[in-house]
Amino acid sequence: MGSTNSTLLKIPNVEVLMQETGFSPAHIIRLHDRFKALDKEGRGYLCPQDFGAIKELAMNPIGDRIIGAFFSPGKETVDFHAFVKILAHFRPVDKDRPKEPNSPEPINSRSNKLKFAFQLYDQDKDGKISRDELLKVLRAMLGMQVTEEQLESIADRTIQEADLDRDDAISFEEFRKSLEKVNIDHKMSIRFLR
Amino acid sequence: MEGAWDIAFVLFQVWMSIVAGLIVLPAMFGVSLGFTDIYIKVLIKTLEWATLRIQRGQKEQPALPSQSANGIIEKHDGSMEEEIGELRRSHPKNLAGGDFTLCDAFYFCKKGIENIVEDQVTQRFTSEELASWNLLTRTNNNFRYISVRLTIMWGLGVFIRYCILLPLRITLASIGLSWLVIGTTLVGLLPNSNAKNWLSDLVHITCYRICARGLSARIRYHNKENRPKKGGICVANHTSPIDIVILANDGCYAMVGQVHGGLMGVIQRSMVRSCPHVWFERSEMKDRHAVAKRLKDHIADKTKLPILIFPEGTCINNTSVMMFKKGSFEIGGTIYPVAIKYDPQFGDAFWNSAKYNMVSYILRMMTSWAIVCNVWYLPPMTRQDGEDAVHFANRVKSAIAQQGGLIDLSWDGGLKREKVKESFKEEQQKMYSSMIQDLTEKNGLQKTYTV
Repeated sequence: MGSTNSTLLKIPNVEVLMQETGFSPAHIIRLHDRFKALDKEGRGYLCPQDFGAIKELAMNPIGDRIIGAFFSPGKETVDFHAFVKILAHFRPVDKDRPKEPNSPEPINSRSNKLKFAFQLYDQDKDGKISRDELLKVLRAMLGMQVTEEQLESIADRTIQEADLDRDDAISFEEFRKSLEKVNIDHKMSIRFLR
Repeated sequence: MEGAWDIAFVLFQVWMSIVAGLIVLPAMFGVSLGFTDIYIKVLIKTLEWATLRIQRGQKEQPALPSQSANGIIEKHDGSMEEEIGELRRSHPKNLAGGDFTLCDAFYFCKKGIENIVEDQVTQRFTSEELASWNLLTRTNNNFRYISVRLTIMWGLGVFIRYCILLPLRITLASIGLSWLVIGTTLVGLLPNSNAKNWLSDLVHITCYRICARGLSARIRYHNKENRPKKGGICVANHTSPIDIVILANDGCYAMVGQVHGGLMGVIQRSMVRSCPHVWFERSEMKDRHAVAKRLKDHIADKTKLPILIFPEGTCINNTSVMMFKKGSFEIGGTIYPVAIKYDPQFGDAFWNSAKYNMVSYILRMMTSWAIVCNVWYLPPMTRQDGEDAVHFANRVKSAIAQQGGLIDLSWDGGLKREKVKESFKEEQQKMYSSMIQDLTEKNGLQKTYTV
């Protein structure tokens, strides 16, 4: 009884976190429990090996890239705030949110979801998916099942279709345009049951 | 001072005779005075009242679907083909559907994030969450302060559980275990005969019945005609060490396990005096052939009791059944599957060995409301010609999962300690490549034609 509030109090700056991410108190508590469960040694932060311990993630072909998305460049740890902020990308889009002109775009907007996916491809963060980067992702998703030639032909075709300014790379705008009709909200959102 | 001691002594005598008369003796004869049933009925009424109060208090919150209480996120169980197919169909240039598209990665990305928030394996090693609170602090996750009356009920519950039920249960458990040790040692002095077997069975069953009372267990057995017979192997899903007490209340089994030291060791040694159980030294456990041989010899002897084995190898939280290890299914003999399902409303029986040691676990059990469970005896199964052990194990596992209303998973329970094999990732890659290669091959053919 009242243990809910006491858990929330243990998390520093939880009000700010809820406002920035839009998660409800119940969701924050669940994510906190999950964070603690992953943080087996109770250090207060997670490192890549903690994510690697999740079995289904270990068998995901792009599992390493997804894990990498949680860690800012150069950092080897992620604390609870950063953990929740990344997961906030996958909150369903708030349809009823009033459009305030000066407020920053919410983390779970369509555009930010696309940016998250874009970063899985664009590992060197130069704003473009080069042919090389595309090949790397394809190799990760297909493993030993295809030959080098087949990979190259897939990459060539994909760039041909999406690359509008003919610079042999896919920029974020080209990426966005190519996926205009995809229901991003449905495909890149996770709904909490409670 | 002496007066105080006398009074204490008299009280103690009264206490013991009440316990003996009302609980131990009926337990020995398998007679129920109906106390547990009345208790459970009162408990159900109280919990229903508590649920109503909580629901009334939560009315201002949006109505949430009362789903299976074990998922925290909504999962779409579409296959890889369905999900990626849907993604691709919305792509304008994808006429034939079968090309790689940039949005394919979304499928893997979403799956990955889902698994970071909640994964199937870790989920099975935490206690099942309840849809409505059952007035135990330990299950209070989502429920906030509602009303004074509810708090009073909860406080009363704490008092009853810790000050009345706990001492009673500890007394019963000690009586039960001492009876087991003394009784089996005495029976062990007799020469081998039918009388000895009958007495040994009696001692064992009585002890387990007393222990069951010590947990306020209400067990319902279904399909008793399928009860395991001598020379067979009884196989069940594993949730906690209490499973043994639950099953042994209705039949006698030969236990299988490692030799322990301390109190467990004493119990093990005395049990083996009255009837044969199979206890392995730690070193023997590593030699699979030696283990298999001993078990084979045991079931070959038709006068020995059926062996009780838990093929999952570890405790799972009673919402699912995990991979059955094939060792027990290679020995031969008839398998008698049994499904055990606990009702989590009255007390969570799952032993989370990473979180609690045996003593704190037993304490938690004894301060729960009750242990209510259903046991189904399934018809015996044997290995068919040409069927390999793994397939047979899966067949038995599905039967148990279906009967108990549990989810049938193929994950290995031992995974909670080990790493995932590379082959799992390769399977995912293979599945995905089959969604692209057809067209890649067709493209290759087309190129030669246009040339």
